[in-house]
Amino acid sequence: MAGKEVSIAAKALRDVKLGELGAWFGSRDMSPKGIISAICRGRDRYLNKYIYVKKGGIGGIAMILTGYVALSYVWEYDHIKHDRWRKYH
Amino acid sequence: MLSRLVFVSGTHLFNLFLVQASRGLHTSSQCLAPMPPMPEHGGKVRHGIFPEELFQLLYPKTGVTECSNITFSLFYMLGTGLLVYLLSKEIYVINHETYAGLAMLSVIVYGVKKFGPQVAAYADQLNDEKLAKAQVVKDLTLNSMTESIENEKKEQWRTEGRSLLFDAKRNNVAMLLETNYRERLHMVTNEVKRRLDYHVALQNLKRRMEQEHMINWVEMSVVSTISPQPEKESITKCISDLKALAKTSQAKATV
Repeated sequence: MAGKEVSIAAKALRDVKLGELGAWFGSRDMSPKGIISAICRGRDRYLNKYIYVKKGGIGGIAMILTGYVALSYVWEYDHIKHDRWRKYH
Repeated sequence: MLSRLVFVSGTHLFNLFLVQASRGLHTSSQCLAPMPPMPEHGGKVRHGIFPEELFQLLYPKTGVTECSNITFSLFYMLGTGLLVYLLSKEIYVINHETYAGLAMLSVIVYGVKKFGPQVAAYADQLNDEKLAKAQVVKDLTLNSMTESIENEKKEQWRTEGRSLLFDAKRNNVAMLLETNYRERLHMVTNEVKRRLDYHVALQNLKRRMEQEHMINWVEMSVVSTISPQPEKESITKCISDLKALAKTSQAKATV
């Protein structure tokens, strides 16, 4: 992984050093088209990795459902706050 | 599909996510044919919801390659700490939904663990049937194609005999032409001969007619000059001449 010298824009996020983060963000395509394309890329990566396989497991769907559960909990947190057992934490 | 939209400006290169996929996914805007086969197994997940990559994140950097007895896997520790934090700060509130969720979760986990393999086998069987049908079609098409190739080669071999056929036909035609030519030659000679014969016959006829006419004319003119009187005289003279001749010939005969 430390062999090739590629430009900041070509690196994936996990290879970007902390100092380069700003430059990396600046070089990404942030237009609506770019954002949608990024979403689609991510979706395709997920699908191709976990769902479009010959013997898929429960993980593919389970991760999506778990994510949905977690996200819905986050959205409902303001309502769930009232069920807290203690007032001060 | 929307995924096609993505690669209009496809200049980004992703590192190959090499855990399970054998090829980079959509690394260029070109379509790589033939399509690579579907990977056999998907990406690994632990406990059904945590992708294995999560547990590999720090391993190359910290050099920990397997869990040791003392430090039970780092992420389990991190996970436990996170859970305790959420509970103690009541970011995750325990209410009636928790118990309902726990019940549902246990039922789901039990169901998956018990019936998972059966469902997987059934799905595999469905897939295999589909594949078999497609394979049958493919084999059939391949067979028919090879057969048609052989037929085509045979037809090509057959056309080589065309030259013999054409030679025979050419001979036929030549013979016909020759016969025709000779027939016409005969006809021409016959016709010409007929015409010439006609002219010759015509000439002969003319000559004969002229002759006869002349003879008649002379006879008629001679007869007309002979009157009856001189005719009698000439007859008596002829008789006396004949008698004299007879005497002389008799005399000659006796001598």
